[in-house]
Amino acid sequence: MAKLLDKPQVVGTKNVTKIYGKGEVAFTALNDINISIISGESVAILGKSGSGKSTLMHMLALLDSPTKGIVFVGDQDTSKLTNRQIESLRNKSYGFVFQQFFLNSNDTVLNNVVLPLKIAKVGRKERREKGMKSLKTVELVDKANTKAVNLSGGQKQRVCIARALINNPSIIFADEPTGNLDSHTGKIVEDLLFKLNKEHDITLIIVTHDKDIAARCQRQMHILDGKLIDGDKNI
Amino acid sequence: MNFRDILQTASSNMLRSKVRTLLTIIAIVIGAMTITLTNGIGTGIKTYLNQQIGNLGASNILLVTLTTKAASPTNGPVKYAYNPNVTVSSGGLGKEQLLMNLEDIAKIKSIHNITSVVPAHSLSPDYIQGTGSKYQLTLEQQFGNATSDMVVGSGVNNNSTQNQISIPESYVSVLGYSSNKSIIGKTVTIGVTNPRNIHFNVIATVTGVQQKNLIGESTSFANTTLANNIYHIRTTGIPKTLTNTFLTAYATFPKNLTTNQINKIKSQLTAKGFTGMTIKDEESTLFSVISAIIIVFDIFGIIALLAASFGIINTLFMSVQERTKEIGLMKALGMSPHRIFALFSIEAILIGFWGSLLGVVFAFLIGSSVNAIGKHSFLKAFPGLSLLTFPLNTIVSVIVGIMIIAFLAGALPALRASRKDPIEALRYE
Repeated sequence: MAKLLDKPQVVGTKNVTKIYGKGEVAFTALNDINISIISGESVAILGKSGSGKSTLMHMLALLDSPTKGIVFVGDQDTSKLTNRQIESLRNKSYGFVFQQFFLNSNDTVLNNVVLPLKIAKVGRKERREKGMKSLKTVELVDKANTKAVNLSGGQKQRVCIARALINNPSIIFADEPTGNLDSHTGKIVEDLLFKLNKEHDITLIIVTHDKDIAARCQRQMHILDGKLIDGDKNI
Repeated sequence: MNFRDILQTASSNMLRSKVRTLLTIIAIVIGAMTITLTNGIGTGIKTYLNQQIGNLGASNILLVTLTTKAASPTNGPVKYAYNPNVTVSSGGLGKEQLLMNLEDIAKIKSIHNITSVVPAHSLSPDYIQGTGSKYQLTLEQQFGNATSDMVVGSGVNNNSTQNQISIPESYVSVLGYSSNKSIIGKTVTIGVTNPRNIHFNVIATVTGVQQKNLIGESTSFANTTLANNIYHIRTTGIPKTLTNTFLTAYATFPKNLTTNQINKIKSQLTAKGFTGMTIKDEESTLFSVISAIIIVFDIFGIIALLAASFGIINTLFMSVQERTKEIGLMKALGMSPHRIFALFSIEAILIGFWGSLLGVVFAFLIGSSVNAIGKHSFLKAFPGLSLLTFPLNTIVSVIVGIMIIAFLAGALPALRASRKDPIEALRYE
């Protein structure tokens, strides 16, 4: 723990509350959440479906904004950032891995991997170089020109990880990364994510209800009915 | 995404659902083709008429006549007042046409901006003869620069002291020449009889063979020298009051005059009792009728395009619906809403571009074949007429116009795409 405390915060929340709807139909998805995630940490956000764990991840990933409270990136209050700055943060500092992959199935693996660079207006040559490097990390260099539709589930998720890695992110957000995979391929993807966390010092935030993955994380946060019931020991 | 990437992505998105895109494009093709064809016909006819009218004279010439104060249903008969200077000739349609004299010419000349006034003499030669028999000849003086289309050679030169004549194509063989080319530079004999019944032969050089022409088909044109020589013979020995009378005069003005300045000349002419008409005046009445017809046809094309634009809206809405997750992902990965908007707008514009391009190409192919077939059949009587003419600016404006329509049609679906919430889009229930 001491080692972790030396490092700065990458993301954090202060009194974050998210309410959907208004009046009688108002639903509190997150209720006064205070967390701080340290650079290089691996964190599991656990909870039943509808508990608010995905909403919390969306807040941290700046895909959604809180009704009340502040979301920090480093020490920066994100409510003070422009849309463009937030888009740039998501593009350059964050990597996303989703349960359902979200690959463009008719496009090649390489093109799928370099999508964030394309969005960031990076030139073709550099895209290709970084794309191949990223594919090397997930050991899929030989599939670079294969159409995504022809890959197995495990391979698809590795392509997604390669895509998440392409901008050398400081954080990878993984939403049920093994949810659509069998236990064997799930294990490969899991190992890959933790390897990146250890070797590349990438902060890993995993939303899951898989106890095994959660156990491999340094910290587990349990969400129940929008409230954090433990795991906020860094505050 | 930079522009090239957006263009490429939009292009491949467009081709993802080929049949749907094709059907949308066909609707645009029909509209684009209709508009291009109707405009092509309009331009073709206008260009042709322009040529034909241009053959009658240069644009900086006013045809001046005395304004007729004829009996009319509203004014009743006009009281006769003796005027020794006025000669009356019977005009068409029961109107008495007043003849002009040299005084009138001087009056016209005094108007500001009129550089020269030439009376239109009636030449009335007896015949024209080449190497064979004699043939009747309708000869008119060429005013201003010759603007007739020549098949070979050039128009007559009014600055030349040589007797020059240009003849219609139909005269070449009867004058004894086997080809249009062989008559150029050769001389012909024009027979003229003076009032005392003495016959003269005037020798003139053929400078050009005129293209067959809708108006004045069999008229030959003489340069000033030839016209003056013939006129001199025709009027030798008749009283002065009779020699210097004419129905019309041609008043020349500088070519760079503005419409306002030309109108000023005309109003001054009216004030002095003349009527002045430019070639353009005669043209514009005709053109406004043609334009009205073309506009009616264009409306059909626009209706087709309107239907097509709903096709674009529909196609793009489906496209946005199908790509919800993709849009969500791109937004999550940091693509800004206005670039998402651009992505879908450009897809719409591309559909418009390909549709209009194909439409224009089809119109062009149809036009070329109609022109080619028509040349030997139903348009045989109108040599030089391209029924369908497609100037580049029409083609470009049709394509650009349709691209704008496509953009407008695509704006709503594109806006919906740009407003998609990435969380909603990426939800997987």
